[in-house]
Amino acid sequence: MTSPGFSPTGIRFEKIDKRFGGLYALRRVSLEIGAGECVVFAGRNGSGKTTLLRIAARLSRPSAGTVSFLSGSGERNETQPAAGFVAHATMVYDELTAEENLLLFARLQGIAEPAARAEALLREVGLLERRNSLVRTFSRGMRQRIAIARALLNEPAVILFDEPATGLDPQGVSWFAETLRGLRESGRTILMSLHGESEVSSLATRAIRLDAGAVVADTRTGADFGSILNFANA
Amino acid sequence: MALLSNTVALLGKELRTEFRSRELLTTTVVFILTIVVLFSFTFDPSVTESRRFGPGLLWLAFLFAASLMLQPCFLREQNNDTLSALRLSVSDPFAIFLAKLAANTLFLLFTQVLLLPAFSILYNVPVLAAFPQLVLVMFMGSLGLSVTGTALSAISAQARMRELLLPLLLLPLLTPVLIASTEATAALLVPSPAMRWDWLGFLLAFDVVFLTALWLFGEYLLEE
Repeated sequence: MTSPGFSPTGIRFEKIDKRFGGLYALRRVSLEIGAGECVVFAGRNGSGKTTLLRIAARLSRPSAGTVSFLSGSGERNETQPAAGFVAHATMVYDELTAEENLLLFARLQGIAEPAARAEALLREVGLLERRNSLVRTFSRGMRQRIAIARALLNEPAVILFDEPATGLDPQGVSWFAETLRGLRESGRTILMSLHGESEVSSLATRAIRLDAGAVVADTRTGADFGSILNFANA
Repeated sequence: MALLSNTVALLGKELRTEFRSRELLTTTVVFILTIVVLFSFTFDPSVTESRRFGPGLLWLAFLFAASLMLQPCFLREQNNDTLSALRLSVSDPFAIFLAKLAANTLFLLFTQVLLLPAFSILYNVPVLAAFPQLVLVMFMGSLGLSVTGTALSAISAQARMRELLLPLLLLPLLTPVLIASTEATAALLVPSPAMRWDWLGFLLAFDVVFLTALWLFGEYLLEE
């Protein structure tokens, strides 16, 4: 995952509100994430982490405020590149094989030589030998691998992970941490939501804590990381 | 071009997943056959009676089958949040609707063509004389059911009480399609069959209007 077919891209949230009826999921969230940063969002269930990531992925529209992508120099990028999104759900079809899933999404995204791209990604995530197996026969860890492969199809500069380590066994977490390290070193901007400190969170360069839809802590220093990530146990 | 290639890719996915799981077709075919057989034994109709109420019975069975078939159309996309993956991947969300309605129309048409011989035998109504015209009417009727049903399925999938909501919205909206399809079918089952172009024109207009509405507003139906 070290061949960058993308331009370094940051992301800016400006005064984002998101309401569901009368309930505020996000309240005046303003953040600027620089290109190449690896940011972890922490917070209790319902604090707005998933909503913020879905807004960044353009799956959900903010009730107020704007999201914009930034070029490496920090200028607004008008082309709005697609972000890769890995949710807790796999976002792939159980009744298709691993290869069929990747081919489908590659074709939908208009990727040149979809078969070659699918094969390369299956190799990278270690599923080449299971390329013809239906996804419904996969373990949680294998499902997460195919989900990551799908998100990387169009070589996105920004990748969003919503609780990526949930349900993974220790081996799966280690694999994911290694993959994340590769993505970070390739210069991609990574935003992820996590619960607590782990092998995965140790790769983050910035930690942001949300509470009731608002940013209540934001740090790049190692000393405060623990308190932000482990707030629930404090 | 992107719309066409996306639609073809998605239609291939719809057909492949259905032929692997056989969830929709099996349920629908069994359901329709049960209705047709049950009514045949209950009423034991003469040929004249069959010609009189047969088309209505057929389209009522198709309507119930369609509501069974259309319900999971978007619900299935929620299991693994695949709808989000599709929305992130396609350049035009209309492709998602086009593929789904094409698949639903094909499934319905397949079920109908499968049912026609059974209907012909059980109700003693010859269908071969006007078979191509019947298929055309069934295609137009199925398209009407699918266009409306696919749009409403997208709406109801995100709502509470979704199982109740779809039939509740679908049945009143489809009344014009059912009337037109029944009338056009009835005219083809008489001893001297004739195509009712007026009803067929009505079906065409209905399909075009709803397809246009789906093209214009479909994107909003997929939003969270």
